[in-house]
Amino acid sequence: MAGDAPTSQEYIQHHLTNLAYGKHSDGSWGFAGTPEQIREMGFWAIHVDTMIWSIGLGILFLAFFTIVAKRATAGVPGSVQNLCEVAVEFVEDNITQVFGTRPNSVIGPLSLTILVWVFLMNLMDLVPVDLIPHAAYLAGVEYFKIVPTTDPNATLGMSIGVFLLVVYYNIKIKGPVKFATGFVTHPIPKWFMYPFNFILEIVDLIAKPLSHGLRLFGNLYAGEMIFILIALLYSSGIVLAVFGGFLQWAWAVFHILIICLQAFVFMILTIVYLTQAHETGEH
Amino acid sequence: MEQSLILIAGGILMGLGAIGSGIGIGVLSGKYLEGVARQPELQPMLMTQLFITLALVDAVPIIAVGISLYMIFAL
Repeated sequence: MAGDAPTSQEYIQHHLTNLAYGKHSDGSWGFAGTPEQIREMGFWAIHVDTMIWSIGLGILFLAFFTIVAKRATAGVPGSVQNLCEVAVEFVEDNITQVFGTRPNSVIGPLSLTILVWVFLMNLMDLVPVDLIPHAAYLAGVEYFKIVPTTDPNATLGMSIGVFLLVVYYNIKIKGPVKFATGFVTHPIPKWFMYPFNFILEIVDLIAKPLSHGLRLFGNLYAGEMIFILIALLYSSGIVLAVFGGFLQWAWAVFHILIICLQAFVFMILTIVYLTQAHETGEH
Repeated sequence: MEQSLILIAGGILMGLGAIGSGIGIGVLSGKYLEGVARQPELQPMLMTQLFITLALVDAVPIIAVGISLYMIFAL
């Protein structure tokens, strides 16, 4: 950032650019210094900060649950164990409610992972906007975004992962032939409606992962953007700073609901999509 | 010239999204209150369904808001 105080546009711009690692225009691999360089890197630029935070939080989640699972006692559970049991039972109830009790080894752990992992990633949004990026700036790292789910790559990556799982189960349960013919016959099984059905089914197939991932991204991105705008208030006079402080507190409290809700909805939709993949009932 | 066009586009994007989610969530919570009024003991289950459908109704408008904020500030 320039020596003098950055303009509001620069401030926002700075807080929205990821730490990208990719191929510079002159062919050398390295970290991008400016947003323009990131654009030049094109598709193969890896958002290192998103990776760090998402993988780090994933490891934190796995370690935490493994430790608690190892020390789980049938006797009086400790508070930590209660917390994990609440999460697991919550996931279990939702799965039996929506998916039923069909034997499936993937959906249980997958849903728990998605719920807790996405919740942890969203939780990063409550950290004050300037805290960690400024610390990273002092450490010489120019751009550092700490909320992985405000990066469409992360959310769409997860939703595409779920989409691949849905296609896998469709083919495994229904068989490739039935799955393929399903595209053509579905809403209206009359032969002359086949092209119309096909377009409808393809749009439906594509819209699911897209809206699934972009919903999480949109919510978190808008939430973080408002945090950044509130942070801008601090730099303009004492009255606005106090008002900004209250606004940040109020928005953070409301944002807690959004964080939990979006993690829950992301999990529920994963279960719903997997249930649809298992539907073989002739209707 | 170009910046002002982006601002107008972002404004329209956010405004229409707001209208959509406003009406949708208005109707949704109205029906939810009717359901709870009719059978108060179902309130917990209805509330879960309310939050799921609220997020689904809210999906496209909040994506529109996200894109318009990106266009206005970060483009």
